[in-house]
Amino acid sequence: MQLKSLILAAGLAAFASAGHADGHAGAVKVGMITTLSGGGAGLGIDVRDGFMLAAKMAGNDKLEVVIEDDQRKPEIAVQLADKMIQSEKVDIMTGIIWSNLAMAVVPAATAQGKFYISPNAGPSALAGKGCHPLYFNVAWQNDNLHEAAGAYANDAGYKNTFILAPNYPAGQDALTGYKRMYGGELAGEIYTKLGQTDYAAEIAQIRASGADSVFFFLPGGMGISFLKQYAGSGVDLPVVGPAFSFDQGILQAVGDAALGVKNTSQWNKDLDSRANAAFVEAFQAEYGRLPSLYASQGYDAANLILSAMDKADVKDADAFRAALASAEFDSVRGDFKFGTNQHPVQDYYVREVIKEGDVFTNKIISASLTNHVDAYAAECSY
Amino acid sequence: MSTLLLIEQVLNGLQFGVMLFLMAAGLTLIFGVMGLINLAHGSLYMVGAFAAAAVAGATGSFVLALIASLIAAAAAGAIIELVVIRRLYDRDHLDQVLATFALILIFSEGTRWVFGSFPLFLDIPDALAGPVLLPGGIQYPAYRLLIIAIGLLVAFGLFQLIARTRIGIQIRAGESDREMIAALGVDISKLYTLVFALGAALAGLAGALVGAIQSVQVGMGEPVLILAFVVIVIGGIGSIKGALVGALLVGLTDTLGGVLLPGFFGTFMETSAATAVGSSLASMSIYILMAGVLLFKPTGLYGSA
Repeated sequence: MQLKSLILAAGLAAFASAGHADGHAGAVKVGMITTLSGGGAGLGIDVRDGFMLAAKMAGNDKLEVVIEDDQRKPEIAVQLADKMIQSEKVDIMTGIIWSNLAMAVVPAATAQGKFYISPNAGPSALAGKGCHPLYFNVAWQNDNLHEAAGAYANDAGYKNTFILAPNYPAGQDALTGYKRMYGGELAGEIYTKLGQTDYAAEIAQIRASGADSVFFFLPGGMGISFLKQYAGSGVDLPVVGPAFSFDQGILQAVGDAALGVKNTSQWNKDLDSRANAAFVEAFQAEYGRLPSLYASQGYDAANLILSAMDKADVKDADAFRAALASAEFDSVRGDFKFGTNQHPVQDYYVREVIKEGDVFTNKIISASLTNHVDAYAAECSY
Repeated sequence: MSTLLLIEQVLNGLQFGVMLFLMAAGLTLIFGVMGLINLAHGSLYMVGAFAAAAVAGATGSFVLALIASLIAAAAAGAIIELVVIRRLYDRDHLDQVLATFALILIFSEGTRWVFGSFPLFLDIPDALAGPVLLPGGIQYPAYRLLIIAIGLLVAFGLFQLIARTRIGIQIRAGESDREMIAALGVDISKLYTLVFALGAALAGLAGALVGAIQSVQVGMGEPVLILAFVVIVIGGIGSIKGALVGALLVGLTDTLGGVLLPGFFGTFMETSAATAVGSSLASMSIYILMAGVLLFKPTGLYGSA
């Protein structure tokens, strides 16, 4: 009996607070679905921590965030999205790391009139013909970092690259992006399994292919495995990749095998902007570790939402959308603006993995692409 | 494709198979002797890898790390057998699946709680870093050769244990009639704990060996667990010999399928389409193999009806 009344009381309290949030003018409820357990958890945790850091620093009590863990499983992400839209009644959704999950959730969420601000996944299908007025990507379109890598490969004089990526939407975007910019020949092209951890077979093919360089896109744990096995294989071709395999979370696990590797990113901790210095310092103070690019994306996503909240009420979708699109916030990347398809138009950099004391990290060595617009923007019309 | 490359890929398949065997041996023993479906076997693999990474980080010794992985996984196995698994032997498989699935979640979150969400660092010892030159001019990573050697040694040891020792006789007897050997005065519950700890130790060893070339992170055991189940279904449930043959078959099929199929489709298709079709088919290949085996041998290659 006591338990029953407790549950009843808790239910009533939840009901009351939900009613309160709805009644609050200008309040925004954000539903964050991200990967907090299992394989890719480090990425989701960084996005969440970056996002919550920005929210905390802004101190805006009208921003309410509900966080759920998708376990990197599309079916769970879809369930969580339904729950957030139907019972939590969120205004904005964000958080998804993986493109296959984004493809399962985003079109349904925007069709139901929810804003979606992507802090990471930027599948090509949502940037071109499938673009939606309520969908914003604050990170990049999937191809972008790989295009930057392709441009770098040209600069470095590579003529015969071996390329590999996992077989899922972002992997296909990766190889497409690299090939769009890269001008040389391909020594080979492989799609691996998503989540694969043994690359002996692929490395043997690289060895036999006669390539002069290797480009790979293997985010998270896949990249750790690949780099360690590559270092042990005796193949010593130069490696290029996007920042996803060299982010702050995994570099320590790769160790010396990553040292000196060139990778491309839209952000780095030594990027010279006012907001960035503050972000890096605050992140370290709050969480006791260096931020990764994922954390920077989460941080920017929160600041974008906060900037729009200052200008418009989320209940007025058109005004709020215009406020988001103007992107008047202090991005850690310096100047930030959206292109016509609401994806960033931004600079990309080449970074090198270095060791600072005992910690492996990245430093920017050159610019790769400037004011780069993604290749799908032209196909998008609302 | 050159012969050298093919041989290298066969070695890769062998190494993968041997690693799967370490997982599958424990799984099949536990299923065969106790009739228990243990989904948490992948967690024991993870426990081994984390223990190895922690000890290697503290002492810098890879040998100590391997020993730690064996001890930690065996201890974890013995504890969950005593506390949880013991209560499940008489339940039906659905209850066992439910309870051991809960164990997966407990282990994953527990590990995250202790070690954090970011992958740990575990590297191969310097002496084994880099390739060795095999006869015929094949360059092959020394560490992978070591994995093959350790796996084959463990397989040999297990066969000896099962076939020639008193414990082995009791295990085999427990497999065929557990009431009878209990009646003959064998302490069946002690035997169960022992078998469970042995299976766990093998999984932990596999986790540590593989963790050094892959990434040591939460949830690393589950993908391997699925393959280990495929292995024991192919090999026949309860059979160590079946686990070895099944593991090598799965390892070779998976590796060679991934290498050869895209090339095969490339002979009559455009390159990128062939890559896509080939890699999709390659990831299905082991399941097709399993279906094929079950079609002709419904109890697996070495399974008893």
